[in-house]
Amino acid sequence: MQVIQSKEEALHFNFSSGKAIYLQLAEKLELLIAAGTYKPGDKLPSVRELALTVKVNPNTIQKSLGLLEEKHLITTDRTNGKFVTTDRELLKSTKLAIAKKHAAAFLIKMGDLGLKKSEALALLKEVDANLKGTSHEEEI
Amino acid sequence: MKKKSNSSPLLEVSHLEKSFSDKLILDDINLELKPGKIYGLLGKNGAGKSTLIKTINTLIIPDSGKILFKNRPLGPSSKAEIAYLPERTYLDLSTTIKYNLDLFSSFYKNFDRKKAVEMLHSLDLDENMKLKKMSKGMQEKLQLILVMSRKASLYILDEPLGGVDPATRDFILDTILTNFADGSSVLISTHLISDIERILDEVIFLNHGKITLTGSADYLREKHQKSIDQIFRETFKC
Repeated sequence: MQVIQSKEEALHFNFSSGKAIYLQLAEKLELLIAAGTYKPGDKLPSVRELALTVKVNPNTIQKSLGLLEEKHLITTDRTNGKFVTTDRELLKSTKLAIAKKHAAAFLIKMGDLGLKKSEALALLKEVDANLKGTSHEEEI
Repeated sequence: MKKKSNSSPLLEVSHLEKSFSDKLILDDINLELKPGKIYGLLGKNGAGKSTLIKTINTLIIPDSGKILFKNRPLGPSSKAEIAYLPERTYLDLSTTIKYNLDLFSSFYKNFDRKKAVEMLHSLDLDENMKLKKMSKGMQEKLQLILVMSRKASLYILDEPLGGVDPATRDFILDTILTNFADGSSVLISTHLISDIERILDEVIFLNHGKITLTGSADYLREKHQKSIDQIFRETFKC
């Protein structure tokens, strides 16, 4: 079920309109780090390289990286650049937090549609059964 | 790329006015450009974008008002440090690429010829090629390469995306992002906002010769819960 793509491709994405780009980008990077696309201890591309890949302003990249740094997901080595944390507990809890957020969003949407929790959970199982054996692209 | 909190402005425009035969084209323009940022000068056709840009490049003399570049009046030093891409090409189409490289080398001390040649090679352009043999898109790329290869403090690009195909547009955005040096700023005028808004730090809306809105692009997106393009369309509905 894993869609194989390069780190660079993973960073290409369309921004939605009504939200600061640096927040959207920080979320995306957080996801890539939590998912292990960028591995613990990996060196991140330079600000300029990221700016070119994502096609945004270097200042935007700086701001996004600043947010990740506040969360201790990346660290700066003054001379060598920025690195993904090696704190596996932190990576695990980050991953879980993202997953929970998506799960909650799913349940809220189902609620909006008028589905009961039990119906929503049954639906998940049904969809999962249908997906088995077929590959699908994940849209996050 | 570290932010300096008390950085003095690169360019300061105050109470600038210009009329052409009784029609007010620039109406009390006040503007401050800081170092290290990409500014979008956004307005419909005829809003006064090119007039403002030409005034900053001393191609148009204002009726009143003041423009300071690094705290000094415009003059040889501002011309040396501002790299300007006009809306229409001024290159002589009967010349070769090499001729224009020579021209820029002799005109501008801060022209990095090596960088320009590298970029031209990445486009598979032969220096002996005549400009008139090149497509319009290629001519525009050449001109942008020449301008962005100057080590300037301020790059002013007047409608760099006008009438180019999406691949050329990507090349132009990449070239801007790769080449604006740390601490230098870029002012891009355009009416094609959706193509460019993700690289902008700050936006300046110009309408009927007046600045109607300025601010950080991210701040405006959050405040209005809309893209800059949407805000623009709603502000300037015909």
